Amino acid sequence: MSPPSVALEIKGLKKSFDRPAVDGLDLTIRGGEFYALLGPNGAGKTTTLRMVAGLLRPDDGSISVFGIDALQDPIEAKRVTAWVSDEPMIYDKLTPYEYLEFVAGLWSIDAASAEQRARELIAWLGLDPHAHERCQGFSKGMRQKVALAGALVHEPRLIILDEPLTGLDAGSARQVKDVLVQRVRGGVTVIMTTHILEVAERMAERIGVIDKGRLIAQGTLDELRRQAGKDGSSLEDIFLDLVAEQSDAA
Amino acid sequence: MNTSQPASLAWFARHEISLVWRDWLSMMTAGKRSREPLVAVAVLVFAALIHLLAYFLVAPLARAGIVPDKGTLALVTGSAFLSWTLMLSQAMESVTRAFYARADLDLILSSPASARRLFAIRIGAIALSTLLLAMLLAGPFINALALYGGLRWLAAYGVLSAMAAVSAAFAVALTVGLFRALGPRRTRLIAQIVAAVVGAAFVIGVQAAAILSTGSISRLSALRSEAFVSRMPELASLLWSPARAAMGDMTALAVVLGGSLILLGLAITVFAPRFGEHVIAASSVSFSPKEARRRVPGFRAASTKRALRRKEWMLLRRDPWLVSQSLMQVLYLLPPALLLWRNYGEDIGTLMILVPVLVMASGQLAGGLAWLAVSGEDAPDLVASAPISARAIIQAKIEAVLITIAVIVAPFLIALAFAVPRLALAAGLGIAVSAASATLIQIWFRAQAKRSNFRRRQISSRVATLAEALSSILWAGTAAVAAAGLLWLAIAPAVLTPALLAVTWMIRPRPADTA
Repeated sequence: MSPPSVALEIKGLKKSFDRPAVDGLDLTIRGGEFYALLGPNGAGKTTTLRMVAGLLRPDDGSISVFGIDALQDPIEAKRVTAWVSDEPMIYDKLTPYEYLEFVAGLWSIDAASAEQRARELIAWLGLDPHAHERCQGFSKGMRQKVALAGALVHEPRLIILDEPLTGLDAGSARQVKDVLVQRVRGGVTVIMTTHILEVAERMAERIGVIDKGRLIAQGTLDELRRQAGKDGSSLEDIFLDLVAEQSDAA
Repeated sequence: MNTSQPASLAWFARHEISLVWRDWLSMMTAGKRSREPLVAVAVLVFAALIHLLAYFLVAPLARAGIVPDKGTLALVTGSAFLSWTLMLSQAMESVTRAFYARADLDLILSSPASARRLFAIRIGAIALSTLLLAMLLAGPFINALALYGGLRWLAAYGVLSAMAAVSAAFAVALTVGLFRALGPRRTRLIAQIVAAVVGAAFVIGVQAAAILSTGSISRLSALRSEAFVSRMPELASLLWSPARAAMGDMTALAVVLGGSLILLGLAITVFAPRFGEHVIAASSVSFSPKEARRRVPGFRAASTKRALRRKEWMLLRRDPWLVSQSLMQVLYLLPPALLLWRNYGEDIGTLMILVPVLVMASGQLAGGLAWLAVSGEDAPDLVASAPISARAIIQAKIEAVLITIAVIVAPFLIALAFAVPRLALAAGLGIAVSAASATLIQIWFRAQAKRSNFRRRQISSRVATLAEALSSILWAGTAAVAAAGLLWLAIAPAVLTPALLAVTWMIRPRPADTA
């Protein structure tokens, strides 16, 4: 089955806390795309993604996930979405195997197929030797892998990851990246925020740059280079220029 | 003492006092400095109220004159020992924290400063904090006794200091002993459980003795009973020294205070130099238990709500510390169980005492479990991002709490139903509404927290704590009056409690800004 043309469509999204965090954001992400959302600290990346994942209610605007209105029908939107935060959301007293069983229960996945998938994920992420150990005492990398397995066990069509590589060693980071690339090849849409620009440069098909709650640039790396008038530059140079321009304009 | 000389005892003491003070202040004000005046007023009001209570309880006795006969000495000694077990429990908690909470220890242990001095001060600080808490509760009673029975009663503060010193010394010795015997991995858990059980064991033991000897659940009646007093040693015995000291015998006070300070000094001298090694040992151990499971069961089919309920039960069952903390109320059900067994089928009047005890315990237990399930959710984003409505999540958690309560109280209710069905009905209804009320309060006042902060949950919302306690008391009162057959009288508390819940609901914090 070919993925639908639009996985996520955000229009006029607004959210304020003490000050505007997301300020009329428009964003469209295609199905089966690996999209990196970049921005300086406090730009509104996490707030945007938390609203998409149904963890935060927007003040205004609309969010559509694979054509499902995520504000009108959040349950259906959540059914096809997975959220992975920078702080792994796992239970210390459960084993990775039990954690995946719990997540499968939350998403009401058939027990037999969920178990099969869980075993594959555990093996794939190198968690086999620890599958039946409680997660307390696991390293950050292992916890993040367990959380990622939890996000994948219900086979979401849209995976949202907020800084998934923070604090991971090279081996764990490679495993996480490989899993994500493999999923995108299988037609899944991945949206990821990261401060590691080399990762975005190498992995993302399209990159969005957000600042002060607004999208200031978007496109493939080449498109961003052209937009910034810097052919052959690295993403880091382009990103810093774009953000500096935005600050100057303000 | 020069506190500006770096890494000296006085310098460490100033550092510790400053940390303890800021920690306490932040705990009381929830980190908001603007609340400091309010906290000061609340502390004064609390002190005034507890002084008033102390006045009503002890002033008449003090005015009548308290004679240091064997009965009085036994009562004072027994009460002091009850308090001491609680102080020991608190001190053990503090020592365990000192071993396992990393906080600033990496910095201090990696510095050239003497760790022995720091740990000497920390053991002293444990004694001091134990004393301060004991003074907060016992101080008003001592003041009332001094005011109406003579200034000699102020010597009781000296006894309180001695009790704090001995509890700190014992706590250090016990914890280090456990550490050496069981190793760092097991000590944390065992010490925390021992601390919890020590606090309750003597209270329960005395109640059990009272039930078996006098048929009453009152601890004081046991300590006052002929049988108990006649078995106690003669007046000249050293056993009575703390009681004599508390009543103003200066020689006894010197012995008690001197002995306790020597004990604390010994504990500091012997254990402080090794404390650093133990802390390092504790930090280098992995707390990830290996599941030696022969057969791993396959995934079980479950609805979303069932998965949530099962998760709550599994997390609770696997955390013996939380079990020991949250099920402390269950320990307090042991004396009523004994009462039920002793008077089964004989004395309806005595069995009636069970009704309010069960209702009260269920309310408190439900409050603790609801806090764990709702506020102590370790993965709130995971649950919130699942395709299930917020209402269904809460429903599943409420079910998990109420089913647990039902399992715990069922044996009591079944036994009571066979003995006196009317009492079982009153208790059953009371338990249901009391547990539901406490659960609702915890839902209204939910605030994301770590499960390890379970013991501090009362601090995060005093309104919720007060409302939970009041609703449990009022429902217990309603059930007790109804069980006595005075249905008309039960109407007042039965109406008052929903009113209390309505007020609590109105002043609940604004719901979190989530989808």
